[in-house]
Amino acid sequence: MKLMLIVRVILMITFTQSFNAWAEEARPLQTDVVTEAQVHRLSQELRCLVCQNQTLADSHAELAQDLMQEIREMAAKGMTDQAIIDYLVARYGDFVRYRPPMKSSTYLLWLGPFVLLIFGAIGLVMMLRRREQMPADKPISPTEARKVRELLNKE
Amino acid sequence: MKRFLLPLVIFLIMVGFLAVGLHLDPREVPSPLVGKPAPSFSLPILDDPKKTFSPQQMLGQVWLFNVWASWCAACRDEHPLLVALSKANIVPIYGMDYKDTNADAQQWLLQGGNPYLANATDIDGRVGINYGVYGVPETYVIDKNGVIVYKQIGPITLEVLTNKILPLVKRLQAQ
Amino acid sequence: MIPEIGHFALILALLVALILGSFPIIGAARGNAVWMGLARPAARVQFFLIAIAFLCLAYAFASKDYSVSYVAANSNSQLPLRFRIAAVWGGHEGSLLLWAMILSIWTVAVSIFSKHLPDDMRARILGVMGLVSVGFLLFMLMVSNPFDRLIPAAMDGRDLNPLLQDPGMIFHPPMLYMGYVGFSVAFSFAIAALLGGQLDSAWARWSRPWTTMAWVFLTLGIMGGSNWAYYELGWGGWWFWDAVENASFMPWLVGTALIHSLAVTEKRGSFKAWTVLLAIGAFSLSLLGTFLVRSGVLTSVHAFATDPRRGLFILVFLVIVIGGSLALFAWRAPTVGRGGKFGVVSRESFLLANNVLLAVASMSVLLGTLYPLFLDALGLGKISVGPPYFDTVFVPLMTPALFLMGVGPIARWKNATVPELALRLRWAFAVSVATALILPLLLGHWTPMIGLGLFLAFWIFAASAHLVRQRLSGDVATLLSRAKAVPFAWWGMVIAHIGIAVFTLGVTVVKGFESEIAVRMLPGDVAHLAGYEFKFEGVKDSVGPNYTASRGQFRVSKNGEERTMLFPEKRLYTVQNMPMTEAGISPALINDLYTSLGEPLDGGAWSVHIYHKPMVEWIWAGAALMALGGLMALSDRRYRLRRKKLTDQKILKATR
Repeated sequence: MKLMLIVRVILMITFTQSFNAWAEEARPLQTDVVTEAQVHRLSQELRCLVCQNQTLADSHAELAQDLMQEIREMAAKGMTDQAIIDYLVARYGDFVRYRPPMKSSTYLLWLGPFVLLIFGAIGLVMMLRRREQMPADKPISPTEARKVRELLNKE
Repeated sequence: MKRFLLPLVIFLIMVGFLAVGLHLDPREVPSPLVGKPAPSFSLPILDDPKKTFSPQQMLGQVWLFNVWASWCAACRDEHPLLVALSKANIVPIYGMDYKDTNADAQQWLLQGGNPYLANATDIDGRVGINYGVYGVPETYVIDKNGVIVYKQIGPITLEVLTNKILPLVKRLQAQ
Repeated sequence: MIPEIGHFALILALLVALILGSFPIIGAARGNAVWMGLARPAARVQFFLIAIAFLCLAYAFASKDYSVSYVAANSNSQLPLRFRIAAVWGGHEGSLLLWAMILSIWTVAVSIFSKHLPDDMRARILGVMGLVSVGFLLFMLMVSNPFDRLIPAAMDGRDLNPLLQDPGMIFHPPMLYMGYVGFSVAFSFAIAALLGGQLDSAWARWSRPWTTMAWVFLTLGIMGGSNWAYYELGWGGWWFWDAVENASFMPWLVGTALIHSLAVTEKRGSFKAWTVLLAIGAFSLSLLGTFLVRSGVLTSVHAFATDPRRGLFILVFLVIVIGGSLALFAWRAPTVGRGGKFGVVSRESFLLANNVLLAVASMSVLLGTLYPLFLDALGLGKISVGPPYFDTVFVPLMTPALFLMGVGPIARWKNATVPELALRLRWAFAVSVATALILPLLLGHWTPMIGLGLFLAFWIFAASAHLVRQRLSGDVATLLSRAKAVPFAWWGMVIAHIGIAVFTLGVTVVKGFESEIAVRMLPGDVAHLAGYEFKFEGVKDSVGPNYTASRGQFRVSKNGEERTMLFPEKRLYTVQNMPMTEAGISPALINDLYTSLGEPLDGGAWSVHIYHKPMVEWIWAGAALMALGGLMALSDRRYRLRRKKLTDQKILKATR
């Protein structure tokens, strides 16, 4: 009987140890890592249509989840980023893109900041050159210097 | 001298745009499908899932395609108008039940009336995505060639019906 | 009863503000001492009245008075007291009262700390602030009254938005408002100077401490908002270029340009017209932000309940205030006159370049924020402008500004030469290039952006170190006395610039090296990320004052050694039936470990997001350093101000 008890205890210890060893490595929610990287990248660029300014990635809205699923399927099929974006733009318009397309109506948007910078730089250089032409400051006379010292020394 | 006026001028131009902006809705997403053929699909019909509905069946007619759901509060607002419109027999109305269950949909139609000649059921919402649906109700006016001519986002109001949809339908039917 | 007292107090405050906004200004134009003298008392009475109104609203919240419509919309009987008080500014009407309250605080502060100013200048400054106050009080009383009654009273309130039920709500809005309302002081100084025709170095010196103080508050406010979003929203983001975020960032950019420009105007008498324009611009952007957030023209997660009618009121107000001040600028600025001469390469020109870059950056943010509206108004379709655009545009604009930050403080006033500067900075340059190339390779990952960010951050560190060394050079024996001789404000500048470098380093490292995993975990499962082991120990149900929660437990270890425990929660706020995630975060200087519970899955498992955010805390540490630098610069001024006030008055009298 004692032998049976010992065997049971040994078995129990062995099994509980193995049970701990069976604590699994958490599985990723999505198994295809490459596709998921593409989905993740795209979801940061696309807008949730029913939210108050959120990406598809951050939105819990049902439509956002549906669109994420469609994107996932398209990515798994091997569609390129541009093809997937074009697919969504065909259905929802440019509104769905957070990176505005470069077209005639958005030239001002994309080029504006750099045009402004160039104008600013030119304006700056012109203004600096003009300053250079200015007459130099007149040095103050000894009488004036004395007056200034007196004023500053008063408390 | 004149360059000191520049900030004021730029400001006033911006104000002009902001003033116009007060009348716009920044959340409305206009559809790029207007002027393009209605995307094809083949979905089971609500009343008889063995049969299917497809927009090809409607070629040669002008028709309204109304996307709705029983869980949609705003659909309740436009429903009486649709029922009245269907009784006037001006234009055939077909519906698409979006991300809904058949039981809930049929119950809803029993309670509110049924303006639809038939209802396609889009359980997973994929056809809705193809049509650029983002918030029910949405309604499409489709012409005899199967081209989407107008999309109404949100419930149809009496004003929209009389000023936009009905004149458009009449014009398309005369073509 | 109490709400009616509050309402009445606002009406009286409006009358006082009308007096404040008219008599002193007219009095200053006519030399009428009595009318000018009305400014100080009027400012104090206005503050007193608005404070009463504010306290009445706070009382209505504290005492759960759901007969007040605004309280019913933003509070709830289960809401803890501290959030009930924060809810005072949780909605549109109450936040306007906060705006008016903070404006009255700044006004009364100016009225107290302005003994050294000439009477007509003080009268004009307080008068202009009074006029702005008139606008806000009128707006509240006409279309946004926080004291409107709800009849019949609600049984219970609709609760404050769960996202706002957080200590961040207690800190962030008041700090932010202190900031961009505070720019109204610089604005008023500028207008007063234009009106009086006295635009000189003295004006810049008087205006500087107020501007710096407002800038410090705005820096802290934006930092608070960013940090709050980071730990609250559950996915580790800290800046989204959302319209409302931009609305606070644009005044910050222009405000930064302004504090630099004021320094030059004070010391060298140059840039006067440009500084005035910046002062008008900073506050104008604050007002514009107020419009954008409340009018409904832009979509934003932060936007208040929108109403085009309110939008129209604010727009008219904008036209009057901003249009009026820009018209005054166009009229009076040409008479301002040039300041001292300086060379094409000099500290002045570097500061001017900094100004141009910051102004262009601010205008670019404005362009991106308003562009969808422009296109829609012109019927050219609807687009969205989001982080991909802003990130692409902002970085190239800020890069030269960050580079100049190393060069500017080393350059001499009036005249410097490029070869001399290059010589002085050669070691700083070498160190920063080396670090930018080598460090990422050691960490295992190099991209041009990481290289650029590291280069700029270490460039500023190295250049600042050189600057300090240069300033303190000499024998060790006299080091301490030399250090004491350096003005506190100079140390403030160094610390603020280092703050920017710290911020840049944080952004670069977190964006370049962060990682995340999305996994399915059963209790007992283990996940690995960035060398850390996260053991999921299950979820317990718990109950809060106005929510139920599932509280997860994670045991985090590295190399077998336990480091910390994390407790992310998934909450359901019962009144609005709104789910919310509370992330479980372990913050540290070297990295943040960030866990967030997703959804319960089948079989007792949960979806879990785990993030590794290296050096993300440096982002806010950098902002805190910037604010500290600003405070240090301020304490210097203040001390001198008291001793100098008599001197100033004597000098002015002698030179008149």
